[in-house]
Amino acid sequence: MTLEPLKLELEEKVPGCGLEIISNPSPSAQHSLLIDPEHAVAVAMYLRDAAHLRFDYCSNVTGIDWPAPNDAGKAKLKDMEEDLEQDEADCATAGYLEVVYHLYSMEKKHGPVILRMRTCDRGLRVHLPSLVSVWRSADFQEREIFDLFGVIFDGHPDLRRILMWDEYTDHPMRRDYVEPDDYEYEPTAHDEVLRKTMNHYAK
Amino acid sequence: MTTLAEAPPKSTLSPSASNGDTQLLEVSMGPQHPSTHGVFRMDVSLDGETVVKLKPIFGYLHRNHEKIAENETYLGSMPYTDRLDYFCSITNNWAYALSVETLAGIVVPERAEYLRVITAELTRLQNHTCLAGFLMQDMGASGTPLMYAFREREKILDLFESLTGARMMCNYMRFGGCRVDLPAGWLEQAKTVVAAFPKFLDEFEALLNGNEILMARTQGVGVLSKELAINAGVTGPMLRASGVNYDLRKVDKYGIYDRFQFRIPLGDHGDVYDRYMIRVLEMRESVKILEQAMRDLPEGLIQDPKTKVRNFKPKPGEAYGRIESPKGELGFYLVSDGTPRPYRFRVRPPSLINLTILEDMCLGRNVADVVIILGSVDIVMGEVDR
Repeated sequence: MTLEPLKLELEEKVPGCGLEIISNPSPSAQHSLLIDPEHAVAVAMYLRDAAHLRFDYCSNVTGIDWPAPNDAGKAKLKDMEEDLEQDEADCATAGYLEVVYHLYSMEKKHGPVILRMRTCDRGLRVHLPSLVSVWRSADFQEREIFDLFGVIFDGHPDLRRILMWDEYTDHPMRRDYVEPDDYEYEPTAHDEVLRKTMNHYAK
Repeated sequence: MTTLAEAPPKSTLSPSASNGDTQLLEVSMGPQHPSTHGVFRMDVSLDGETVVKLKPIFGYLHRNHEKIAENETYLGSMPYTDRLDYFCSITNNWAYALSVETLAGIVVPERAEYLRVITAELTRLQNHTCLAGFLMQDMGASGTPLMYAFREREKILDLFESLTGARMMCNYMRFGGCRVDLPAGWLEQAKTVVAAFPKFLDEFEALLNGNEILMARTQGVGVLSKELAINAGVTGPMLRASGVNYDLRKVDKYGIYDRFQFRIPLGDHGDVYDRYMIRVLEMRESVKILEQAMRDLPEGLIQDPKTKVRNFKPKPGEAYGRIESPKGELGFYLVSDGTPRPYRFRVRPPSLINLTILEDMCLGRNVADVVIILGSVDIVMGEVDR
C-alpha cells in the first residue's frame, strides 16, 4: 500500500496531525508512517473506521530502543570493570524509544500499514498514548512493551508488568541493560562467562 | 508453668457482617494445574461456581528469547525458534526464514518451497489431532481420544525424525531453502501416512462428533463474537470458528499456497464445539494440500546457492513476515543495522494474543468450563512466555 496518498488523506481528515513517512531501504520495502503522539488515537480511529481503509486488525505491536548513536551497544562491548555510571546517565537522556504497530484489514484483506510513535527521550518523558481503546489486541502487547522497554502508555486499562515479576524495576530489552549479578556463574570455557565469574568473586 | 491463652474478645466471635451469599472466592488456577498445558496461572474470582473475574498471569517460562536473539547471528536464532511453540517447530522455522527472506530479498527454489509446504502441513496435522485429544482429556475423557491422537502423531514424528534427525526440535529451514533433502524412501512412507490419515479422522469423528457429553459440554460454551475476535487480534482456527474468513495461506499466499486447491472451513457459533470441528475439518484440507504437494514435488535445488551461510549480513532496514501457523498468525519482525546480528528481533506470538479474550469468554460460565475454554484456545507456554 502506498503511503503518500494515505498521508495526504490523514492530514486532511485529522487536522493538525504531524505525519512523516519513514522509508525502509531493505528489499522488503515496508515503509512506515511516523505519527505524533497527540493525534495518535484520532489517526488510529480514522484508519480503523474509514470505509475504504478498514484497518480493523492490529496484528503486531512492538518496541524498539534507539539510544543516542554514539552509545549504541557500548554497554555490551565495554569491559564490565569500568565505571558505567556516567555513560548510563548520558544514555538515559539521549535517544528515544519507538513503538511500532502493524495494521491489516481483515475485511478488505489489505495491509500492512505500519505506524510508529516515538518518545521524547529514554528517561522520564517516555509517555505515549495507548491504542487499546481502538484495538484490543494491543492490550497484552503494550503491557509487554511497558515491561521490557519501559514505555508508559497513557490510557491503558491495566498497565502492569506481564512477563517479569511485579517487584522487578529494570527493563531488560533496552540496549544498555546490564544483567544483575545475583546468581552464581558456572565457570565454563567461554570467555564471557569466565570474565563474569572473575567479576563476581572480586566483589 | 504454662497458662492457657486468653479467650478472644466477644466482638471478634460475632458473625461476619457481610452476607454469605455475596462473598467471592478467589481461586488461583495453576501454575501447575493440569489443564493449563504448562506453567500458566489464572486468578479466578468465583461467585459460587460462576466466574466473575479472570486474570491470566504469564511469565513462568520467560527467558527473553528476543534478547537472546539480538546477541546471536541470524542463523544462530533458528534453533531457538524451535523452542517457541515446541509442538510445531517447523512452522516456527518457516515464519522466521520467511521474515529473513523478506528482509534480505532471497528467492527460495521451487523444490524447497514444496518441501516447506509438505513439512508444515504435516506439522499442522499433528498439532490439530493432539489439540483435539487434549481437549477431550480436559473434558474428562481420560486416555482414549488422546492416545488415538498420539498414535497418529507418532507416525508423523517418525517422518520428521528420519528427515531432520529430531522428532520435535526439527531446525529444518534455512534462509533460502531447507537444510536437508528427503532421504531415500521418505516420500513413499509419507504418502502412506497421509493416505491412512482420512481413515483415522473418520474413526475419530465417529467417536466424538455426535458424542452426547462432548456436545453438552462444548456447545454454546465460550462463545466469541466475530467483531470481538477481529478487534482483539485473534487469529487461526479460533478466528475462523467465529466465522471470519481470514487464512494467511489464502490472503498472503506466501510460499506457493496459491497452487493448491483447498477450502477454508468456517464456524457459525464461535463456541468450543466449533473450534474443535474447525480443526478436524482443517486436517482434512491439509491432507488435500499434502496429496497435491507430494504429487507435484519437482526435482532441483533445496537451497538458494547465492545466500551466504557464514557472515550473513542483510542490508539495514526492517521486515515483518507472517505465516499461518497451526495456532494462528505467527510473525517475526526484524530490524537490521547491517551487522551479522539483528538489531531488533520480535516474535508475534499467536498463543499470547489469542488469550486476550480469555476473560470475556469465561465470564458468567462455571469454573469447570474455564478448563475447556482454555483448552480450545490451543496455547503452548513456550510461545506465550518466550
